Amino acid sequence: MTMKIMPLVLGAAVALAATAANAGTLDDVKAKGFVQCGVSQGLPGFSNPDDQGNWTGLDVDYCRALAAAIFNDPSKVKFSPLSAKERFTALQSGEIDVLPRNTTWTMSRDTALGLNFVGVNYYDGQGFMVRKSLGVASALELSGANVCTNTGTTTELNVADYFRSKDMPYQIVAFEKADEVVQAYDAGRCDVYTTDASGLYAQRLKLTNPDEHMVLPEIISKEPLGPVVRQGDDEWFNLAKWVHFAAINAEELGVTSANVDEMKNSETPSVKRLLGTEGEYGKAIGLSNDWAYNVIKHVGNYGEMFERNVGPSTQLGIARGLNALWSKGGLQYAPPVR
Amino acid sequence: MAVEDARPERATDRASWINDPKVRGAFYQILLVLALAWLIWEIIDNTRTNLEQRNMATGWGFLDETAGFGIILNLIQYSEISNYGRALFVGFLNTLLVAGIGVFLATVIGFIVGIARLSKNWVISRIAYVYIEVLRNIPLLLQIFFWYFAVLRAVPGKREMGTIVPGVHLNIAGLRAPAPVFEEGSTPTVIALILAIVISFVIKGWSAKRQAATGQRFPVLWTAIGLIVVLPLIVFLATGMPISISYPEFRDTGPMLMRGFQEGTGFVLIPEFLSLLLALSLYTATFIAEIVRAGILAVSHGQTEASYALGLRPGSTLRLVIIPQAMRVIIPPLTSQYLNLTKNSSLAVAIAYPDLVSVGGTVLNQTGQAIEIIAIWMLVYLSISLLTSAFMNWYNKRMALVER
Ligand SMILES: N[C@@H](CCC(=O)N[C@@H](CS)C(=O)NCC(=O)O)C(=O)O
Repeated sequence: MTMKIMPLVLGAAVALAATAANAGTLDDVKAKGFVQCGVSQGLPGFSNPDDQGNWTGLDVDYCRALAAAIFNDPSKVKFSPLSAKERFTALQSGEIDVLPRNTTWTMSRDTALGLNFVGVNYYDGQGFMVRKSLGVASALELSGANVCTNTGTTTELNVADYFRSKDMPYQIVAFEKADEVVQAYDAGRCDVYTTDASGLYAQRLKLTNPDEHMVLPEIISKEPLGPVVRQGDDEWFNLAKWVHFAAINAEELGVTSANVDEMKNSETPSVKRLLGTEGEYGKAIGLSNDWAYNVIKHVGNYGEMFERNVGPSTQLGIARGLNALWSKGGLQYAPPVR
Repeated sequence: MAVEDARPERATDRASWINDPKVRGAFYQILLVLALAWLIWEIIDNTRTNLEQRNMATGWGFLDETAGFGIILNLIQYSEISNYGRALFVGFLNTLLVAGIGVFLATVIGFIVGIARLSKNWVISRIAYVYIEVLRNIPLLLQIFFWYFAVLRAVPGKREMGTIVPGVHLNIAGLRAPAPVFEEGSTPTVIALILAIVISFVIKGWSAKRQAATGQRFPVLWTAIGLIVVLPLIVFLATGMPISISYPEFRDTGPMLMRGFQEGTGFVLIPEFLSLLLALSLYTATFIAEIVRAGILAVSHGQTEASYALGLRPGSTLRLVIIPQAMRVIIPPLTSQYLNLTKNSSLAVAIAYPDLVSVGGTVLNQTGQAIEIIAIWMLVYLSISLLTSAFMNWYNKRMALVER
């Protein structure tokens, strides 16, 4: 009998420990020595593993920036590839510390799901891709189409709204994994593939003949994509926000990974505050004062991350557009370090 | 034990109550219950604290909220503006649909293959053997992918007819066949059909009794077929032919997107359903075949010999003597195969078939109410399993031969 009780007591102890571990994500991260980062299962430009299992992408760079700020080492990150459907449960349950996974900031996610959005690292919108041979020029001609997409996304909700509001019948074929959507669309199961426009450009590269497909001009939704953390841990939320803002501020102030050492001698007050040569800003987020310096030194500013991963010189070839700085006609804007 | 019992009264009186096995037993049991209660309370409390800390929604209110997503296959009225509760119910019906038809198909295929495996014909028994060994040893998920992705690529495209036999077509958008359309005034015909089936069963019962009593045989099969065809037909003609047939309508002119089979014509089985159904039933059938084989082999050979000696032909021997006895061995493991098939149907999510797990996952993703959704999943699968077991146990009792 006593032997049977032991596992129960142990189990109870574990349950208790779980309560204790809930506090302070930053302390946790520091203790284990790396950031556990939830990313996609492979979306070129945002989070994509190469043959050797090295992850690259805009979202991946955000994880590296976090690690650089905390550990002065951008490699102190572990990645958890997640499907759209699994991602929030993984974050809520504490399996990951942060979720930068082309995730749209919506009200229900920000509130009822118990999540907090750090900011927007990519302003996107939903689009449609079709075979050129269909001879369709506008989304308004898609009445009666079979539409392939991912479950657990804003995409499947937007497409429902769109077709319903236009009074067009459609049939949705919704898969859990993005690769399955690509395969099914490629096989001809669907006439249309819909997801975030950035995702369409990325996924198109995986099709057998990318040239036979085109993206329609309509953008049917707002998809502000950004990293997410759990509610209830303000310290970690603040840190996550300011790592994101630091990268944008750096671009605005002209600080790059190449000139950041030089910039340390700058006399401009806003640059000094950002790089920690003036003030105690790092302390307020539980880090050293050169936290932003480390981010820029190792990963670069927001503009550099954009160019490297999705910009015109990459396979995706996406122009800055909405993602240009506010001072250059875009929407990227960060509160000042002060 | 015997020694202890034989001890005189005094011995027990002297022993301390601490050593009393009854007291000890009770003590440990109370301890166990307390520990269990504490553990459960800890889990509940821990969950509640965590949910509160993260401001996460709880409760069942979400079932009334608008779902907002479309579902490709719905047996009941459903649209994007229906609520989550209805979406979950649609998923539940889809689970029942694929599991129900899957169980039926797997049983039919399993019995045929199991009997074929014992065939004296070498080729037939080898084919059955290879089928069983190959399909049983490939993971089910791979088979589902095979049927969906590999076979899907091989069938004709959406804008080709893919005619199998006139009226029946298979292309990448699904299997299409003519569908009956029940117009106004068709109810009497349907009632006539049901009536004919019921009467056939009654006749079957009566003829079995009569045969047992008098040895006279009655052509039940022919009577039943005649009844089931003729009775509804008469009513159908008498009421002015209120049932028509809708053929799948194919268009190959006009805008490209509009070509192909037109929605709302004929009867459609979507490829997601077909692939899942095929994979589930072919896979489960291999296990059922082995169960059937084992069941038949369990019936002593003397039964076959006795039956031959009575002059029964091999077919009748199998049907009247062997199978009824084999059923006693077959039914219990068959039940667990049915349960497996039902639970395995949750792999649907991999190929976009909207079963309960798939739809539930979407609802979970949108509402974040993991505990409620998981509770629904567990409750539903548990109920399906318990009901299946209960039915099979009842059937088993009925089939069990009275030992003589
Ligand atoms: N932004 C949308 C959609 C995000 C999404 O999951 N998109 C798919 C299609 S681009 C994707 O990321 N697939 C990559 C993967 O699952 O690995 C959301 O947050 O709901």
